[in-house]
Amino acid sequence: MSLAVLSPSALKSRYAFVEKATEFCQQQPLGAISFVIIVAMMFAGIFCEIVAPYDPLTIDFAAILAPPSFDHWCGTDAYGRDICSRLIYGSRTALVIGFTSSFVGSSLGAIFGVASAYFGGRIDNWIQRVMDVLLAFPIIVLALVVVAAFGKFLVWGIDVNLIIAIAIPIVPRVARVVRAAALGVRVMPYVDAARAAGYSNSRIIFRHMAPNVVAPYLIMLTAFIAQAILAEASLSFLGLGVQEPTAAWGLMLSGNAADFYRQAPWMVLFPGIAISVAVFAFNLFGDALRDYLDPRFKV
Amino acid sequence: MLRYTIRRVLLTIPTLLGVAVLVFFMLRIIPGDIVEVKLRGDGGSVTQETIDMERHRLGLDKPMLGQFKDWMVGVVTFNLGKSMWTERPVMEEIGVRLELSLEVAILATLIALMFAIPLGTTAALYRDTWIDYLMRILTIGGISIPAFWFGMLIMLGLLTAFNWLPPITFTPIYVDPVANLTQLIWPAAAVGYRYCAVTARMIRSSLLEVLNEDYIRTARAKGVFEKLVISRHALRNALLPAITVIGLEFTFLIGGLVVTEQVFNLNGIGQLFVQSVTRNDFTLIQGMVMLIAAFYVFVNLAVDLLYAVFDPRIRYS
Repeated sequence: MSLAVLSPSALKSRYAFVEKATEFCQQQPLGAISFVIIVAMMFAGIFCEIVAPYDPLTIDFAAILAPPSFDHWCGTDAYGRDICSRLIYGSRTALVIGFTSSFVGSSLGAIFGVASAYFGGRIDNWIQRVMDVLLAFPIIVLALVVVAAFGKFLVWGIDVNLIIAIAIPIVPRVARVVRAAALGVRVMPYVDAARAAGYSNSRIIFRHMAPNVVAPYLIMLTAFIAQAILAEASLSFLGLGVQEPTAAWGLMLSGNAADFYRQAPWMVLFPGIAISVAVFAFNLFGDALRDYLDPRFKV
Repeated sequence: MLRYTIRRVLLTIPTLLGVAVLVFFMLRIIPGDIVEVKLRGDGGSVTQETIDMERHRLGLDKPMLGQFKDWMVGVVTFNLGKSMWTERPVMEEIGVRLELSLEVAILATLIALMFAIPLGTTAALYRDTWIDYLMRILTIGGISIPAFWFGMLIMLGLLTAFNWLPPITFTPIYVDPVANLTQLIWPAAAVGYRYCAVTARMIRSSLLEVLNEDYIRTARAKGVFEKLVISRHALRNALLPAITVIGLEFTFLIGGLVVTEQVFNLNGIGQLFVQSVTRNDFTLIQGMVMLIAAFYVFVNLAVDLLYAVFDPRIRYS
């Protein structure tokens, strides 16, 4: 096994990855910066317990609405909870919901998109009509309807129905883009060859076509993490997403945050900055990824 | 062209029907309806008999397909039924709030266009310079900053700088234009930023594409002033894809308004939608979703037809 690791091909592929990464950083400096932000956020989200200075739920009546200081970097809220710690725990909520809903939505969308392009004809028509229906809703409106219909279903403190609500609007948007890319792949000789060799439809779709639409899939996946975080924040802000006392950025802006504009502007400022920076980083990274992976789009 | 138009118009029917089916049945798969929220909402003990009576009165005990048929007949005749909560007709509930939301949407569009066209054009002309990078950061900021938080920042800024907050009661524009505009320009700016960013990005990329076309080279070769090349030859053609984005984003403004109206305490369509969702007001949710979807479908239709008028290649495909 150790020999295999040291074999030239393994070394080469490892260097190739480093080379690719360096190339990406050189070509897309903004993308590299955004990647650093994303990694920092993931670090904070995974190691909340170590990184956060306070417990996000501890109520401290001695420090209600304390302004930012060395003790509380971002001040405290109306219950004396440390805002900085709540922001760090909030990044966990945002990332978990953002990643899972974008992953589920984009993957389903990619499957529908490729299937639609591969089968064509009547199946394509049906899938397109269903996608048209889903596209007729703005993201937040569809998510709200799903929330209204399904209510809450908590698994490990995470509302699965909230994830579904955010994932569903993503499906048609990804499906449309992936279908367009897959239509180009379908006419490739190797797909004909696979069909002539008698492979099953699912094998051709997953092994031959899917790997060739990975670029648009990855781009959409990253971009929709941003949209999903934004949707989660909006839903939580409306009181229909994550529920108190769980720390979530959108939730921190809702309810009594607005009542304290004058007294405690930090309650409004910091959670909004957190949302904006996170969404900004994913959008920028998605943009850079698109320019890097698919130079055709770089007009 | 006629055949294309007919085909395109007919295609809207299955979409709208699909929306109706989706919303209607999705709301009813999971048990729990407005009666529970209404009667048990504040913890009062109500007998099952009262609940059943209320369900019967609202027609919620009828077979689902029957309910759907009744509702569809209503939709086709533009009668969306009565709100289950306020008992007023859905059309009326929406109508009284439409003016406000529509005005904010139109103001936002105007703000967006005012900034997007110059922003997108400069970004394209100074491609890959620091100006372009700055535009890129500004526009990605537009699609990243939540409109509702941007609204809160505007309020915070107004409060700190002028110690002034927009009034809560709505003044129609024909009663007092100044009061109306000073109230609505802020939420319009809050949702307009995203709109502007998306449009500017679209204008930038389509302008860059057009600038590579042969007729631009021809125009330059025959000695047309660069300014004229940009404004007459390039921008005109580049605006076509931008029209699509402007049209589609206009419907997405409704999504932005859902949250932003909450911040500015505006009693518009968005607020009504959130209320009806929290109250499980089925008829009102259905009615609003149908209207939003119909609006989207028709904007889409209009954009497609406009495209076909401008670009003959589409008609024959």
